[in-house]
Amino acid sequence: MKKIINDPNNVVDEMIEGYVKSYPQHVQLLEENNRAIVAVKKEEKDKVGILIGGGSGHEPAFMGYVGYGMADGVAVGNIFASPSPDPIIEVSKKIDTGQGVVYIYGNYAGDLMNFGMAAEIVELEEDIKVQSIIVKDDVASAPKEEAHKRRGIAGEFFVTKVAGASSEKGYAFDDVVRVTEEMNNNIRTMGVGLTPCALPQTGMPSFELAADEMEIGLGHHGEPGVEKGKLQTADQIVSRLVNDILEDMPLDKGENVAVLVNGLGSTTNMELYIMFRKVEEILTGKGITIHRSYVGDYSTSLEMGGASITIAKLTDELAQLIDFTADCPMFTQI
Amino acid sequence: MGFSVQQFKTFLLNVASMVEEKKEYLCELDRKIGDGDHGVTMSIGWQAIKKELESTLADEEDCAVISSKIGRTFLSAVGSSVGPLYATGFMRGAKVLKESDISQDDTWCNYWIAFIDGVHERGSAEIGDKTMMDALLPAKAQLVSEENKGLSMVEVFELAVESALDGAAKTKDMLSKRGRSSRLGERSIGNQDPGATSVAYVLEEYLKSLKTAVQV
Repeated sequence: MKKIINDPNNVVDEMIEGYVKSYPQHVQLLEENNRAIVAVKKEEKDKVGILIGGGSGHEPAFMGYVGYGMADGVAVGNIFASPSPDPIIEVSKKIDTGQGVVYIYGNYAGDLMNFGMAAEIVELEEDIKVQSIIVKDDVASAPKEEAHKRRGIAGEFFVTKVAGASSEKGYAFDDVVRVTEEMNNNIRTMGVGLTPCALPQTGMPSFELAADEMEIGLGHHGEPGVEKGKLQTADQIVSRLVNDILEDMPLDKGENVAVLVNGLGSTTNMELYIMFRKVEEILTGKGITIHRSYVGDYSTSLEMGGASITIAKLTDELAQLIDFTADCPMFTQI
Repeated sequence: MGFSVQQFKTFLLNVASMVEEKKEYLCELDRKIGDGDHGVTMSIGWQAIKKELESTLADEEDCAVISSKIGRTFLSAVGSSVGPLYATGFMRGAKVLKESDISQDDTWCNYWIAFIDGVHERGSAEIGDKTMMDALLPAKAQLVSEENKGLSMVEVFELAVESALDGAAKTKDMLSKRGRSSRLGERSIGNQDPGATSVAYVLEEYLKSLKTAVQV
């Protein structure tokens, strides 16, 4: 795997350095910790703090989503690894305006322990109110009766969007938690993997798939999925993914949804639009309205090939929050 | 007898070297059931410990301080899931050292028992879940066993390490119930758990250091 890097051990720190230098109007690195990034505010106001975080290698997630209408700060971990409590604690202290902080992160053992430890310390030592929203949108990662074990993947984008919009609109802590949790419960994602990614430190592919194979439900760290099979057409793949989502989260005619067709790193926009075309056809055919759609790289896995589809069921309130303005280095919505 | 500050530091540095040697093998194990970075993660953490031992801790004479500091160093360097687990182990161990005489064998036996209890509590995994605990709990069983009361420290640790390595090997046939690999279901069977493997190696390094200490 060829990569444009320097010392593989420094990729995360050098990426962060480049990122904050690219967007000084938007983000700043905290002096207290070199893995803690916060939004540069145009106006200081009291609001509920939104903190996101997770491993590196998923860019634009997570650090690309710091800015107006999204998150106030991010804790950045090593590649595919949870951040330690330190940056989480520092970001919490920085973004709390006295109204409390909401943590949004994926359902992984490491994240649960590190964010959990951080939340305990922040509440105890800093007297900051913290509520964690744990994203578990990946249908493939556990059956419905064990939904609490599911991992969080691309759907976290919608959760962050709703949390950021509601706090920007001045929602109180409990209301931010309410709508964010509601969005969290109303998202489902299914992915397909085609080609592996390679960690900069090892250069080895994270998994192996033959030239004519695909893997349904592949995790976004290259964790194996639910089944390997022969590579199918875009329409067949989309039908399978959407079908699995709708079996898990049935939608009635007339229902309103947001859709995210997300590339995993090396899959082209061409392919993603070919996929979206089919998603739209299926949903419209069932009388479901697509309120808003997002197509592109929103949560990647280094240079993994493949894509995921997320469907978010919207109430009127959630639709308004999804429509709210966002202005981040890696994501803008007017 | 016990274990001196110098021996403790040497043991930790030996673990750092061992991790570098085994890094690729641990990643290979992890690629089969996880995201392929366990060797990298361990390397990041132990290299940070090495750096700490060679700088701020170079003149530190208190084993309790060393153990607690390296726990926090490891945690800050890696995060991940091994971060909180090892950090909790080292910090719980530090508590024992703080209250006991490091020249006594019992102290170090209790150090490792506290270490293992800490990891156990933080991760709440049990035997058979295909995690670090499959190596650590059998090792602890030897450390607390009444039957081993008459044995020397080295003999007890030989049994503990043997049990840990054996426990790690047994994870090969287990179905993963924790962490990322648990999503694999049946496909996690047939691959040894990287976390159980590396922690058994850590205990093995401790045994080697003990043997060297006895010879001196």
